Amino acid sequence: MDVLTDNFSTYGDGFLGTVELTAYASALALVLGFLMASFRVAPVGSFRVFGAVWVAVLRNTPLTLLFFAVLLGLPRFGLVLPFKVFAVLALGCYTSAFICEALRSGINTVPKGQGEAARSLGMTFGQTLSVVVLPQAFRSVIPPVGSTLIALAKNSAIAGAFSVTELLGTYKTLSELGYNIVWTFLWIALGYLIITLAISAVFNILEKRWGVAR
Amino acid sequence: MTTTAAEATALYDIPGPKTRRRHFLYGVLSTAVIVGLVAWILYLLFDTDQFTRTKWTPFEYKGIQELLLRGLGNTLKAFAIAAVLSLALGALLATGRLSEHRVVRWLATLVVEFFRAMPVLVMIFFVFVALKVQPLPALVAGLTLYNGSVLAEVFRSGVNSVERGQREAAYALGMRKTQVMSYVLVPQAVRAMLPAIISQLVVALKDTSLGYLITYEEFLHAGKLIASNLDYDLPFIPVVMVISPIYIGMCMLLSWFAYWVSKRQRRSPKTEAVDVAPAEPGTLLPGGVPPRAPAP
Repeated sequence: MDVLTDNFSTYGDGFLGTVELTAYASALALVLGFLMASFRVAPVGSFRVFGAVWVAVLRNTPLTLLFFAVLLGLPRFGLVLPFKVFAVLALGCYTSAFICEALRSGINTVPKGQGEAARSLGMTFGQTLSVVVLPQAFRSVIPPVGSTLIALAKNSAIAGAFSVTELLGTYKTLSELGYNIVWTFLWIALGYLIITLAISAVFNILEKRWGVAR
Repeated sequence: MTTTAAEATALYDIPGPKTRRRHFLYGVLSTAVIVGLVAWILYLLFDTDQFTRTKWTPFEYKGIQELLLRGLGNTLKAFAIAAVLSLALGALLATGRLSEHRVVRWLATLVVEFFRAMPVLVMIFFVFVALKVQPLPALVAGLTLYNGSVLAEVFRSGVNSVERGQREAAYALGMRKTQVMSYVLVPQAVRAMLPAIISQLVVALKDTSLGYLITYEEFLHAGKLIASNLDYDLPFIPVVMVISPIYIGMCMLLSWFAYWVSKRQRRSPKTEAVDVAPAEPGTLLPGGVPPRAPAP
């Protein structure tokens, strides 16, 4: 029990590490996912192919393999960055494929007639997209994007196993200090529960505010 | 190709000849950029000597090929065991969540919600480190707890999505609850949920690579052994280039299978209402035969 009170700073570092990793990787995943989704619905064929290949490859890559390739492989390539940056890169790219699919299905839920009506009112492509289609699409993708980001927070545990400072990684330090391993894991589990519950609470609020009941 | 995508979205009109020419130009330009990017990566690979002979020789040796094959075999073994056990646990937990007894329902809900919220790796490490279990059982246990909980939700929503009339009709015929479940609801639910179940198995297959982190001798572990060999000048990138396509290929095959099943089901008469011809004297029972065109 006192494993938490005695080692509050170790747990705190791990907890903050996970939060930080999740936040940066989420930002990267959202940006890349948005980019890839716009590639996948673009009128130009080569953009669509690029987006489709990106999604198909990353969705079917085990995340451990991706971490392995990025954290241990890229340095051989002559690219040396802090492990944390590599971890954000791997997590963000992996999750972007799932964000992309969520956004794309959101765009597809907007009825065709909405765009047609916008154009018949004389709106340009940019106006149609930003005023009519995207606001509706964003509203319907709040729940799937939320669950994708929760999955990201959970997946960030893998970074700890690749020796990035992170919540799961704290078990190594504490078990070396001889603390009861079961309690150690219980507090780690609680830490993850707090993070995932916080994300789901945020997305519940967002959905109440902006979500649409179709 | 351009027109089909244009028809499917609300974003833009079907392009006219002028726009099509413009899109063609964009296409050529972006293809050039992508090809340039690939060429740059290839240049970097050559520049850092990734294609030298020493780095690729290990794959010629029988011992190393066997090492890789054994790793692949271990990956598939862990996947097979975890898949079977997760399906069983999923069925058990779904039964619990659909139970009429409140205590059983709460207990099952608690288990499902807890294991869905935990990172798989934390569970695997817990079993491996705290309970001091061998790598394979630890990996399988972690995968089973997580995927079993997710599958339980899949099964439950599947059973709940079967039309209420089915259940009511079965009860009206005098079936007991177990009979209603096993003869009426579950067969229909499984058929509807099959694509979702296979997609979850893809997740399980991908997560077997977590075994690498607890020193289970699976495919990635075999790759790591080869990659850290100094005799071959640390062939890290070659190993990644050999292993990734195999991993991605396996998962894609399974994903594609899920897609194929869902596509096939959309036109399967078993998941859609069959047009039943009106009964005539002398015909067989309606339902099995495809509808016939009315006589002229």
